[in-house]
Amino acid sequence: MSAEQGPSQAVPGSGTGGVRAEWPLYEVFVRGKRGLNHVHVGSLHAADDDMALRHARDVYTRRNEGVSIWVVQSKDIAASSPDEKDPMFAPSNDKVYRHPTFYEIPDNVPHM
Amino acid sequence: MTDHVEPASHPAPDPSDAHGSVYDGLLGGDPSHWAFGTDFEDPLAGVDTTIPEGVDARDLATYCLMLADDALIASQRLSQWTSRAPDLEEDIALANIALDLLGQARLLLARAAAADPTLVPALPEGSPVPPEDALAFFRESGEFRNVRLVETDNGDFAVTIVKLLVLATARLALLERLASSSDHVLAAVAAKGVKELTYHRDYAGRWFLTLARGTEESRRRLEAALAVVWPLQAELFATHEVERRVAAAGVGVDPATTADDVAVVLAQVFAVSGVEQPTQAALAGVQGRQGRDGLHTEALSLLLAEMQVVARAHPMGRW
Repeated sequence: MSAEQGPSQAVPGSGTGGVRAEWPLYEVFVRGKRGLNHVHVGSLHAADDDMALRHARDVYTRRNEGVSIWVVQSKDIAASSPDEKDPMFAPSNDKVYRHPTFYEIPDNVPHM
Repeated sequence: MTDHVEPASHPAPDPSDAHGSVYDGLLGGDPSHWAFGTDFEDPLAGVDTTIPEGVDARDLATYCLMLADDALIASQRLSQWTSRAPDLEEDIALANIALDLLGQARLLLARAAAADPTLVPALPEGSPVPPEDALAFFRESGEFRNVRLVETDNGDFAVTIVKLLVLATARLALLERLASSSDHVLAAVAAKGVKELTYHRDYAGRWFLTLARGTEESRRRLEAALAVVWPLQAELFATHEVERRVAAAGVGVDPATTADDVAVVLAQVFAVSGVEQPTQAALAGVQGRQGRDGLHTEALSLLLAEMQVVARAHPMGRW
């Protein structure tokens, strides 16, 4: 470790300066008027969380699609690997008894 | 989902079906309409369109032109950023703002035409061009009543942001007051515009702060932009004779009454951004005439030439 450090790695949003060529990538989730949950609709670039929300409003709710927006930096999402697809998901293929389809669902139970 | 109760087949729910997309349920039954979104409201539905008593129809129409032309010309300028903005997301944001302003302009031009049809340029017999389009595309620059702030060139992104901040702050303060106009159409247009302009002001204010507190280069450009734009802002608060009369009639708003509120908001933005209050003197008129009188810079003629050329080439065109 020498006393002479290279260019410091600026922490995004820390206000300590440092210019990056690209804004970080965000994933956008929108809850529709009649939707019950936020659904992934796409991604965009923004400098920080606030700007990401505003960009999401401009890019993904221009046609009256949503009433609520979530954004999260793509790097903060932990994702399963496609390589693990079989061990992760194949074992549930044949377990039909896990589906609640053997029961009568009363008419007055919504959102099933 | 009661038809899932079918013990013989035990169909597993399709996950994509169970969650669906937010865009599901938007459609009015015709899948080809997905791009239109849903639940759009006519801002003038059920609004009384009679002209209120105590106001001169020509004054009301001229006042509507002033409000409309600010929005129309600002919209045309902002839309020149399309495909040229620093980022795809900003491109869409600026185009959205331009569309909001265009919508305000359209309603106001239609109101101007209804209040005084003699202001609408004459078109060939049988032309299908609606009156609001005739006002937008067939008037000369000397007949436009917008302030000069909105017609000047976009400059760089910083100039556009400073112009938008000044315009949105002033127009928001104006429309907040106009929402109680005795003209029901103006009141409805104002109520709709307040929500839009609140967002425009927020957008421009955030970018102002970002540029001011960003890099040396963004700071330098922002300060240069302020010096360019500041001489143009005073005109927004100069009361024209027509504005004075419609304000007295309870139909319009004297823009001078908004100046203090606007100054407070802008001073807050400057303070947070660490920017000095600009001191440049206001751009003079010519023999006392300014944008509201139809006196404009050369920039408006060039803008109108581009905006109007197609419509003027086809006065019988149907769009």
